[in-house]
Amino acid sequence: MSGFNGRSYPGLVGMLDGRKRRNLALSIVAVIVITVFLYMAQNGFILDAYGVRILRLCAVYSICALSLNLIQGYTGQFSLGSAGFMALGAYVTSILSMTDANREAVYYLKPMAPWLMKIHLDYGIALILGGVLAGLVALLIGIPVLRLKGDYLSIATLGFSEIIRIVLNNAQSISNGATGLKNIDPTANIWWCFCALVLVLLFMTRLFHSSYGRAFLAIRDDEVAAEAMGISIFKHKMMAFVASAVIAGIGGGLMASVLGAVTPVLFRHMMSYDILLIMVLGGTGTMTGALLGGFIYIIAKEALRFMDSGFAIGFIQVPAIAGLRMVMFSVLLMIVVLFYHKGLSGGKEFSWDRLFGFPKKIAARFSKKSEKAGAGK
Amino acid sequence: MSVLRTEHVTMRFGGVTAVDDLNLHVEKGEIVAVIGPNGAGKTTAFNQITGVYTPTEGKIFLEPVNSSQEVDITGMRPDKIVSMGIARTFQNIRLFSKQTVLDNVLIAQHLHVKSTLPGAIFYWPNYCKEEKAMREKAMHLLERVGLADNCGDLATSLPYGLQRRLEIARALATNPKLLLLDEPAAGMNPTETLELTHFVREIRDEFQLTILLIEHHMQIIMDISDRIYVLEFGKTIADGVPAEIQNNQRVIDAYLGVVEDA
Repeated sequence: MSGFNGRSYPGLVGMLDGRKRRNLALSIVAVIVITVFLYMAQNGFILDAYGVRILRLCAVYSICALSLNLIQGYTGQFSLGSAGFMALGAYVTSILSMTDANREAVYYLKPMAPWLMKIHLDYGIALILGGVLAGLVALLIGIPVLRLKGDYLSIATLGFSEIIRIVLNNAQSISNGATGLKNIDPTANIWWCFCALVLVLLFMTRLFHSSYGRAFLAIRDDEVAAEAMGISIFKHKMMAFVASAVIAGIGGGLMASVLGAVTPVLFRHMMSYDILLIMVLGGTGTMTGALLGGFIYIIAKEALRFMDSGFAIGFIQVPAIAGLRMVMFSVLLMIVVLFYHKGLSGGKEFSWDRLFGFPKKIAARFSKKSEKAGAGK
Repeated sequence: MSVLRTEHVTMRFGGVTAVDDLNLHVEKGEIVAVIGPNGAGKTTAFNQITGVYTPTEGKIFLEPVNSSQEVDITGMRPDKIVSMGIARTFQNIRLFSKQTVLDNVLIAQHLHVKSTLPGAIFYWPNYCKEEKAMREKAMHLLERVGLADNCGDLATSLPYGLQRRLEIARALATNPKLLLLDEPAAGMNPTETLELTHFVREIRDEFQLTILLIEHHMQIIMDISDRIYVLEFGKTIADGVPAEIQNNQRVIDAYLGVVEDA
């Protein structure tokens, strides 16, 4: 018996090792393929400028969805303030890194505040500062807001996000008011966007393998029990809220550079809902979900553009209705919520094993269905 | 000196007085039971001691971990009270349902983590040491309660009796001095109940605990407890050693008389 065990055990280990080795190899290949793809895209070999812009937006929206995921998916606090923090990041980054010539051209209604005129920063530093400022504002907002729970919390964060937008709308000498900022340097190329995305992913992976991440998850699962286990609820909610705001701020800073222009209108509550939609579509509480959601949402939004300008299905001519593609998204979201309530990621993180197990799972599901149908007859 | 002492603790919800002038004390190493019919205010008393409710009147004193000085803990935040050495389990099990058995025990050790958030994220050596120690302690506790083999399972996938044990392991992970058990034997069969009795005594000796428990199973209470408090409609109607309580006419009328076969 022991001989049998002795022989079969290394074999089992070998098999497991083999699978691990395969996964490692696949991961390395995937990283290389993606890097090469991004390199070629950045240098205009595969995608035109339009395609590159969409790719950058995909990464930016994924970052924002990850930020919302941190506070809502992982910590269970339903915040609808994403747009406000993104706006802060976008404005701080753009204003601080703008050239003097551009500043004069943009602030034509009322010149920029003199103290602000003196500050010139590199895009990278401005981006970090944008995140930091968003975090600081989150710290201030969090003190009253994080005492609320559930729906009340989301309404309060939504309100604060609107306050941020209205301040930006009226602080003429700082944010250029409703006219917004134009001609923002397109510094945030593919590398910026995807490096930021990878850094955010690494940050979150580490966080949720650490004791603090476990505390966040505990608060999401059962606040009363978490508190009874000695976790300071307010302190940890605050940490998650601030971390989420910093990430949203960085996402906003990148977004401003990708879009080239920002106005306060861009950061209305609709932006928060977009981010929420991405997160729910992909799967709340998973990083895979935020990525899937971000890429699918942005690409589909572009691909469905034809719906807004009228099209034909066979003989039926659909007239041009602006916003029809958003209706399409609502339908898509309803389908996801009804049939895949854990989102497209199924509530689980990506792994090669799951990917390879997928065809089998589908096959199993179909054979079960046909069995049922057979039994019915 | 008492590990826990309450002075005239009262809890009113509107016109209802759930706990009325509770004066209890628990000495070091004792196992003290609080019994009483449904709605007698037992769990409310627990919630006051653990900081979930602030008493309307009265004071609660605790002798914290690593200290012999009594501290007034009335109205403190629950997490503060846990860090001073009171851990609890819940009447209706409240495990972190989407976490593994191991993670449940790890979460309960978070309050002792000294590293900062950046330290935890950037693998600073101090944090790695802490994480390793936490895992070792968690595995030790799980072995102790017989759940080491289940450490990777989802907490809610465990059978009921094991979930109770996990809840106790999780409470122990906070390093308590005083352990509050809210109906630990609820829903258990006689064998499991007997096991639990031994288990509670064992952990009391092994971890040098003081235990305060709420229970309905008369058998457990008579077996296990050094002293008993009997509540009825929030009022303490009797206290004493099990033999006294068994023969106390008021208790029999209020409680034992009703449940003859318990």
